[in-house]
Amino acid sequence: MRVPLSWLRDFAPFDGDPAGLGATLDDLGLVVEEIQRVGEGLGDVVIARVDEIALITGADKIRRIVVDAGDGPIEVVCGAWNFEVGDLVPLAPVGAVLPGGFAIGRRKMKGVVSNGMLCSGRELELTDDGEGIMVLNRVEDAHPGQRFTEAMGIETDVVFDIAVEANRPDAWSIAGVARDLAARLGLPFTIPVVDGRASAGVGDEGGSIEALTSVRVDDAELCPRFTARVITGVVVGPSPKWLAHRLSLAGMRSINNVVDASNYVMLELGQPTHPYDLDRLGGGGLVIRRAAQGETIITLDGVVRVLGRPGPGLDDTGEDCLICDAEGTPVGIGGVMGGASSEIGADTTRVLLETAYFVPMAIARTSKRLALRTEASARYERGCDPEGIDRAADRFCELLAMTAGSTASVASGTIDIRGDVPTPVKLAVRASRVNDLLGTGFTASQIAALLDPIGITAEEVRADDEGPDAGVLQVTVPTFRPDIRPAPMGESDIIEEVARTYGYSRLPRRMPAWPQPGRLTVYQRDRRRLKEVLCGLGASEAWTSTFVTDFDQTMSGVDPPYIEVTNPLVESERYLRTSMVPGLVRAVIYNSERRQGDIRLFEVGTVFHYPESPPVDPEDGPPADMSERLCAVFCAEGDDAWTAVAAWHAIAEALAIADWSMLAAGGPTTAVLHAYRSAGLSSVVETPPDEFGITWKPTQLGVVGELDPYIVGSLGLLGRDGRARRVGWLDLDIGILLDRDSVPRKPEVSRPISRFPSSDLDLAFAVDNDIPAGGVERALRRAGGDRLESVELFDVFRGDVVGEGRRSLAFRLRLCSIDHTLNDEELAELRSRCIAAVEKGGKAALR
Amino acid sequence: MSTALDIDGLVKNAEVAISAARTTEAIRQVATEVGGKRSPLAEAHRALGALEPEARKELGRLLHEARTTIDALVERRRTEIRFAEMQATMESDRIDLSEFIPGTVRSSPTRGHLHLVSQTRDALEDVFVGMGFEVAEGPDIETDWFNFGALNIPPAHPARGMWDTFYLNLGTPESTLLRTHTSPVQIHLMEAAVVNGGLPIHAVMPGRCYRRDTPDARHLPVFHQIEGLVVDKGITFADLAGTIEVFTTAYFGSDIHSRLRPAYFPFTEPSAEFEVTCTICHGDGCRTCSQTGWIELGGCGMVDPAVFDAVGIDPDQWTGFAFGFGIDRCAQMRHQIADMRALNENDIRFLRQF
Repeated sequence: MRVPLSWLRDFAPFDGDPAGLGATLDDLGLVVEEIQRVGEGLGDVVIARVDEIALITGADKIRRIVVDAGDGPIEVVCGAWNFEVGDLVPLAPVGAVLPGGFAIGRRKMKGVVSNGMLCSGRELELTDDGEGIMVLNRVEDAHPGQRFTEAMGIETDVVFDIAVEANRPDAWSIAGVARDLAARLGLPFTIPVVDGRASAGVGDEGGSIEALTSVRVDDAELCPRFTARVITGVVVGPSPKWLAHRLSLAGMRSINNVVDASNYVMLELGQPTHPYDLDRLGGGGLVIRRAAQGETIITLDGVVRVLGRPGPGLDDTGEDCLICDAEGTPVGIGGVMGGASSEIGADTTRVLLETAYFVPMAIARTSKRLALRTEASARYERGCDPEGIDRAADRFCELLAMTAGSTASVASGTIDIRGDVPTPVKLAVRASRVNDLLGTGFTASQIAALLDPIGITAEEVRADDEGPDAGVLQVTVPTFRPDIRPAPMGESDIIEEVARTYGYSRLPRRMPAWPQPGRLTVYQRDRRRLKEVLCGLGASEAWTSTFVTDFDQTMSGVDPPYIEVTNPLVESERYLRTSMVPGLVRAVIYNSERRQGDIRLFEVGTVFHYPESPPVDPEDGPPADMSERLCAVFCAEGDDAWTAVAAWHAIAEALAIADWSMLAAGGPTTAVLHAYRSAGLSSVVETPPDEFGITWKPTQLGVVGELDPYIVGSLGLLGRDGRARRVGWLDLDIGILLDRDSVPRKPEVSRPISRFPSSDLDLAFAVDNDIPAGGVERALRRAGGDRLESVELFDVFRGDVVGEGRRSLAFRLRLCSIDHTLNDEELAELRSRCIAAVEKGGKAALR
Repeated sequence: MSTALDIDGLVKNAEVAISAARTTEAIRQVATEVGGKRSPLAEAHRALGALEPEARKELGRLLHEARTTIDALVERRRTEIRFAEMQATMESDRIDLSEFIPGTVRSSPTRGHLHLVSQTRDALEDVFVGMGFEVAEGPDIETDWFNFGALNIPPAHPARGMWDTFYLNLGTPESTLLRTHTSPVQIHLMEAAVVNGGLPIHAVMPGRCYRRDTPDARHLPVFHQIEGLVVDKGITFADLAGTIEVFTTAYFGSDIHSRLRPAYFPFTEPSAEFEVTCTICHGDGCRTCSQTGWIELGGCGMVDPAVFDAVGIDPDQWTGFAFGFGIDRCAQMRHQIADMRALNENDIRFLRQF
């Protein structure tokens, strides 16, 4: 909200440095976003009349202009073309210094001497128009030689641009800002008393308002208070300069005296009003009712609005308050916008003024449903003062009587239909509670003194020294502060007011202490470790988009339905990702296009799946299937499935996963669509009988391998040969991986290290192709028992020697005992036990 | 010219040949045989010139139809073969990944980098852990109740305009959403604490949030916040201001301080905006801080009694404060990142700087 200092001074004698006032406003929570000085540097500018316009040879943008500023012809060069001979324009003569410090000197352009400058609104910092020169023909009494500021009624001023918080409708007005500021500065604050009738001309139509119009409220739930005034003999015309200027400083355009008076009152007091042309209202009166479903109205902006239909918002039943004429025709959406049919026009002579109180929640819903936010709706939805209505109506009448000609006359009486309007909140506030929450030591009377200047009265009902319940204040909150709730919540609201008027910066500070230690959870520590492992493998962490396209979802291999954003920012990116693969591949492509595509990337993030059954109770949450995953793509030169496998080994090692297994993709425990050279990863707890008679219970952890070249190619990651690049891929559900209950870690208890020498045993087997090497390794480990220190695959060989459908797998076993050196007999026994274990299923044979 | 040109037979023959093709190479050959320059079809076409205009028109139409049919058959078969070959390649390329021999994979010559947002988040977490906070997390998708209702923001509350919300197609319209702030984690924590007797709470809650803002140099629609919540006995606004100050100097440096000024949040009362000394000019006033010497960082306040009421905590026994601010914003300030969008472009040159 733009607040001119001169306007603030109507309410309290503010003086001093504008920057200081700005800082005070900030400290009150009325945050000043900008301080603008207006009208400064305009003292030298004069009104001039254009007498001659001539082209300059060799110039097609600038012209030679001869003006008269009262002392004979002055020749200037000007680049604007929006004026004609006879127009009045502002002239900054040689020697003038314009706002922003721009000094006007004598200049020569294309051989013509320019003795000054004709000014645009922007050059004078009055408007945003920098295109053309200001043409002042319509300015009343303006004449050549006159000071520009005098002709325009401009005085130097300061405008504070204030961001008013959503809970402070009272502060969204000049008077409201003045009240807070005056309270802090200890200045007297008064709203000048106006009398709408006394200040008007004498009523010559004689009649009271009842004789001129009628109002009926059929729905007092939506419109708890409605008042009407009638002003007759109105001559619609331009507003006086001072009023138009104030509106323009506050950021509003002057329309005509009637509309301007309404806007002026809204800016000054925060209460919207709506003037109707009484003669254009069917039946000469108003009826306020709830809109029927599907009823339409054309609003002032010329748009047809359909009313009475429930919107998408929660608990929205579609209630709109409709203002109709006495014949039932809609003439306005209550509290939001008037209709086109009863708009004030040039020929309006009788004005019916509506000043009302609408229920904030209903206005908020109507405004949201219609996507129609107006100055009025924004104020009503925050809550206007139901008791501020009379003052606002009086002020409007006073302004109109001043500006609408000598015949204007306010009819006697007010139609006032009053239902259930909010009444002043009264609540008890404990001084002890104030101090407990703020960490202060205020007495009850100090608290009362802080509240009084902002209009909140607080009476001490028990003195401070009367015991444990002492220092209770009975507080009465004026109706212009709808943000302050009744007891018990309201006590906190009052405490905020105490803190605010006292000054947050003056409140004490201390660092609290408690006995509980701060820490990360085990999961959080492990997640950090996991990321560090990836970094150690040369992978950098990326952050890709949560929002993906239909195509991305298909590429992720997940079938619909997907979780969909109902109001996406980009229409095509309306789904929540089911995989991070498309995002990471795109990130590689982005880098590839910049000749830096040899990279490894990973991301730890959430993927989303449509839930099997959404929860019924909204307080049940979370309502979707979400899991935190690690996804890594390995795209450096030479990377492939094996890079990803090596990464997995490093992770399993770093996390000390007790036992895990790798299963061919498409096998019983994996559901990897488009799997290519991939394997499902499982943590293994208890192993059930497999080909080697081992029992096991796998927990799926994710996938390791290589991305399907079809997906890589479809997403556009191509190598120099035009074919899809090979991309090593690791994708883990870390919610499961890092859960130590599902995925056991190696025992915490240390294992003694043997002091006796160990023996190595190399065993090569010809193993059927469908038996994974990992299975053989597990069988060996099992057979070796606690005498097997380590087992490692060291050679894989395929060829005729091994035979069709088989390959040779060579393992090195290191054998050792904790309490003696293994003798030949023991070693031989272990050897045959290991061989027997592997050969057991008939799918492998020692070579 | 023979009038016995059997177009149907021609198409049938082609069909047989096409379906007999088993490889990409074979289908290429068949395509030439049935549709190429020397195919019966092409010859019949060439012969059209010799016909009477009427007959030419009729036969031309038939030939065109035959051509369309054959082309479609070839294309379909080609796709089938390509798919089958892909399947076969996959099957034959299948390898046993447990045949991994340690030491055979080239290790990376360079170390990777954690994302700047992660680094910033970790650093912030570490500062708060040092101050006695635990770290809690919550889901990205929330119901209206957790994101708004329990935080004293009922439907149609004007304050909802403060957050432009992404809604999801789950349940009744506007009942499920992407969280607009990390504050719903507060509700989860407090509800759990009430059920499990887990009070007091001293926790920070980092996480990803979503607002329907068009991305620009200072805003991303997906961003990260860290939230703090203390619920304990005897907690005051002074503790809040002290905590903010200790954090500010610990994270930004000993010459960076904090100040609070009144603000409005539905879930805190009293509420405050907190500002820190401008990290660019160290308080002297510059363009970044609009000559004020201060930069707005986040919001905070004493937990509103309505929030305590929603989760079932007795506000006369327990008091608390909460605060929240942007993790990305901290990174932007500390590393003087001109355009926030650099954070999710994933340019490796950017990622490797930190």
